[in-house]
Amino acid sequence: MAYAYTPGLRVTKNTIIRKNRLLPLKGEVLVKKGDKVKAEQIVARTDLPGDVETANVVNRLGIEPETILSYMLKKEGDKVEAGEAIAETKPFIKWFKTSCNTPVAGTIEKISEVTGQVLIRMAPQPVELRAYIDGTITEILESEGAIIETRCAFVQGIFGVGRERAGEITMVASSPDEVLKADGIPKNCEGKILVGGSLVTSEAIKAANEGGAAGLVVAGMHAKTLKEILGYDIGVAITGTENIPTTIICTEGFGNIAMATRTFEMMKELSGRRASISGATQIRAGVIRPEIIVPVESVETEKVEEYEASALAVGDLVRIIREPYFGRIGKVVELPPELTKVESETMVRILKTEFPDGEKAVLPRANVELIEN
Amino acid sequence: MEQELNVILATDCGSTTTKAILIEKKGDIYRQVFRGEAPTTVEAPFEDVTKGVLNSIGELEDLSGRKIVENGKIITPAQGERGVDIYISTSSAGGGLQMMVAGAVKTMTGESAERAALGAGAIVMDVLASNDKRPPHEKIERIRQLRPDMILLSGGTDGGTKKHVVELAEYIMAANPKPRLGMSFKLPVIFAGNKDAGENVKEVLEATSELHIADNIRPTLERENLFPARQKIQELFLEHVMAQAPGYKKLIEWAGAPIMPTPSAVGEIMRTIAKKNEINVIGVDIGGATTDVFSVFEEVFNRTVSANLGMSYSVSNVLAETGLENVLRWLPFKVDEEDLRNRIKNKMIRPTTIPQTLRDLQIEQSLAREALRLAFEQHKLLAVGLKGVQQQRDVGAAFDQTQTGETLIKMEGLDLLVGSGGVLSHAPRRAQSMYMMIDAFQPIGITRLAVDSIFMMPHLGVLATVHENAATDVFEKDCMIHLGTCISLANKGKAKGNAVEYKLTMPDGKVVQNGLPYGELALYPLEAGQEAQIEITPARGLDLGNGKGKQVSASIEGGIVGLVIDTRGRPLELPKDPEERKSSVARWNKAFGAYPEV
Repeated sequence: MAYAYTPGLRVTKNTIIRKNRLLPLKGEVLVKKGDKVKAEQIVARTDLPGDVETANVVNRLGIEPETILSYMLKKEGDKVEAGEAIAETKPFIKWFKTSCNTPVAGTIEKISEVTGQVLIRMAPQPVELRAYIDGTITEILESEGAIIETRCAFVQGIFGVGRERAGEITMVASSPDEVLKADGIPKNCEGKILVGGSLVTSEAIKAANEGGAAGLVVAGMHAKTLKEILGYDIGVAITGTENIPTTIICTEGFGNIAMATRTFEMMKELSGRRASISGATQIRAGVIRPEIIVPVESVETEKVEEYEASALAVGDLVRIIREPYFGRIGKVVELPPELTKVESETMVRILKTEFPDGEKAVLPRANVELIEN
Repeated sequence: MEQELNVILATDCGSTTTKAILIEKKGDIYRQVFRGEAPTTVEAPFEDVTKGVLNSIGELEDLSGRKIVENGKIITPAQGERGVDIYISTSSAGGGLQMMVAGAVKTMTGESAERAALGAGAIVMDVLASNDKRPPHEKIERIRQLRPDMILLSGGTDGGTKKHVVELAEYIMAANPKPRLGMSFKLPVIFAGNKDAGENVKEVLEATSELHIADNIRPTLERENLFPARQKIQELFLEHVMAQAPGYKKLIEWAGAPIMPTPSAVGEIMRTIAKKNEINVIGVDIGGATTDVFSVFEEVFNRTVSANLGMSYSVSNVLAETGLENVLRWLPFKVDEEDLRNRIKNKMIRPTTIPQTLRDLQIEQSLAREALRLAFEQHKLLAVGLKGVQQQRDVGAAFDQTQTGETLIKMEGLDLLVGSGGVLSHAPRRAQSMYMMIDAFQPIGITRLAVDSIFMMPHLGVLATVHENAATDVFEKDCMIHLGTCISLANKGKAKGNAVEYKLTMPDGKVVQNGLPYGELALYPLEAGQEAQIEITPARGLDLGNGKGKQVSASIEGGIVGLVIDTRGRPLELPKDPEERKSSVARWNKAFGAYPEV
């Protein structure tokens, strides 16, 4: 490879985030450049075409498709009510008349002389797009949406489930290695984003749901807990649309792992502040990580941490992201260039690390994550 | 007539890595001489695939001393130590080609459409059929939810019924699906059904889609004609999917041949090799997100992509589909279940990590066995003979058919099994690759096995379209790592004494006479390029592919691992008792020399 690139998750107190808020179909943008918006504010709206139902006229009336038009009572473009007759036979004896009624209300979209079916388009479904973050509109994309910018503290998680929400950051753990159980969840946590420690149990998640929490931020959970709360096992890490009452963000991974001290301390500092969170995760081309965004007041003299991917260097702090040292933090003491055989007999580029207790270890470079400063 | 080419540059733009190879003509033979790679650059902040391509070529320049790029452009033709005669490329960046297909009858035109799309290198997101039991509104909703790059619509033999295929066209029109790449583009729809329905389909779809017509993929019940549709798919892939992806327009201009989807190119080299050597081949490419299986049996090519089975992005799916017990059965040690589930999920969210410990490696290779096995099962279901061929039926009767044709994959006829993908090509010991492939595919009789050394099959596939000889030279000399040969029982049973008795005459003349009990593995080193002679007789009731109790005499080709004799029976069943199972697996591991002794 041309360079060693070991990206870590971003955990920063002061940065600028820009979010593209885009409608799925062209519609109406409700804000203008320069507007200040709140997370829950609707910034754009559109109508998704309604669902389509079919009426099999030829089967109902017992006619040939190419004759359908002569039996139709409605034409393309006509509005219809549910149960209304849209076609009927014209027998000599009216008693023997057969009708075909539309199963739904809508508009006649197509009458097919080939298949003999009629397509009815139901009422459009309105879609409203919220700002998601408190910020300022910096650009309008005509008929499509807007770009919103905010100065904020920004924390990326490794994996999450649940949609975009906003709430107040509330610490419910006193140390990063504390397990969050049901008794650690406040009875009424309506609209709060609860921050725990190393692990959250499924009972704690249920209690958070019942208490009305908007979000849960923890270091990790067991894989089986995730399966319990979703009702199914996640096969690929593409999330964000789960129908769950509380968005959950894991900062470290699966299992009982202490939250990174830097992340925990930062969340403690931000306690009481409003935040926007999203559990959306996509681990494939176009990686998306779950995130916590906490707008901060603009402090002109404070330097904005601009994000720059960096290569690994001696002296860097790294988190180990695979067995046998999963979750531990070490300092890089050497970066040998030559390929080295590890226990599995894989030949890899390694690094040598030293842990705070003095223990030393040799690790594949692919198994660490840079702790960004 | 093939072009005169002396220096060939080829790249494959994968989702994560762009790999470049340099091929040179040495005398009369083409050889791969250098390889370079660099991260693929379609995503932010780069958003231009050619940057990654140039970076990978940069590595080639460093290693070879040949100047290939000047002022950001590839120098052609080759002159001395400068330039190349042709640049070709494949791509699977951005998730590859994703399609939806539709046919009138699920097991007939539906399946034919699926084969057409898969053979063109696509991932098939869904197969709609008039008789798939989903009500119309569900079909329409499904089309709306998916965001395919294009749709292949088929149905009706030429001169036959039009109703079902026009109905499907009406559903597509009603759904009005938007393509993945941009809300303003019209979705390409290829109609390759009853030619008499062409005008009706055009009338329904041309306002909302970009409609293309290709020859009917099933002009009669007895005949499948997939090539024109596959060609059209690849053309549109280039025009629509590739051209929208950042930097591809430039790449298309640089390339001396159309850029192919990676899996399509792998299929191409498989077909070329099978045809040239007149053999039946199965190939597998197991990646992070998907596992592709290719087969050429009696000159019929099939490809399936199991988009839900892979070693990182979709490793959790492998566990979900196969179940914990099936993963644990290949391990000779106890594993805490909760720990295993967490490890697998952690690999899913951190896909670029690699196994450091031996246990971790064995767990990964156990998952690989299951992913390969399941992908192969899916392949066997699709690589089938044509249904509806035996009798003349009207479409109404055919409509009710749910049984598909018989599988074309007859393992006793398999000559060569080729593996590719990180877990196979980069296993720390080649024996592990051979072992995983035997356990997953369960070859019977005499089968050769090989792996792709550095994943250059895509490059050779696209090269085969412009210079077949160059592609096959490099395939045979540089691409294939011959692992050896497996001789296996074709059935299961019991044996009072040995399951097989054999006389093996090695290349140096040494004779080995031995037997092997039922349920065991034996490995004999036999180098690549060498041949040994074997006379092997199964016990009464057991079969080596020649009939029960019948001797097999054959010349056996060697490889980096050698000759494996497998008397574990087919289908392979591990002992039910956990201690007996662990002990058997430990014994087989040792016989294979699969792992270091601890």
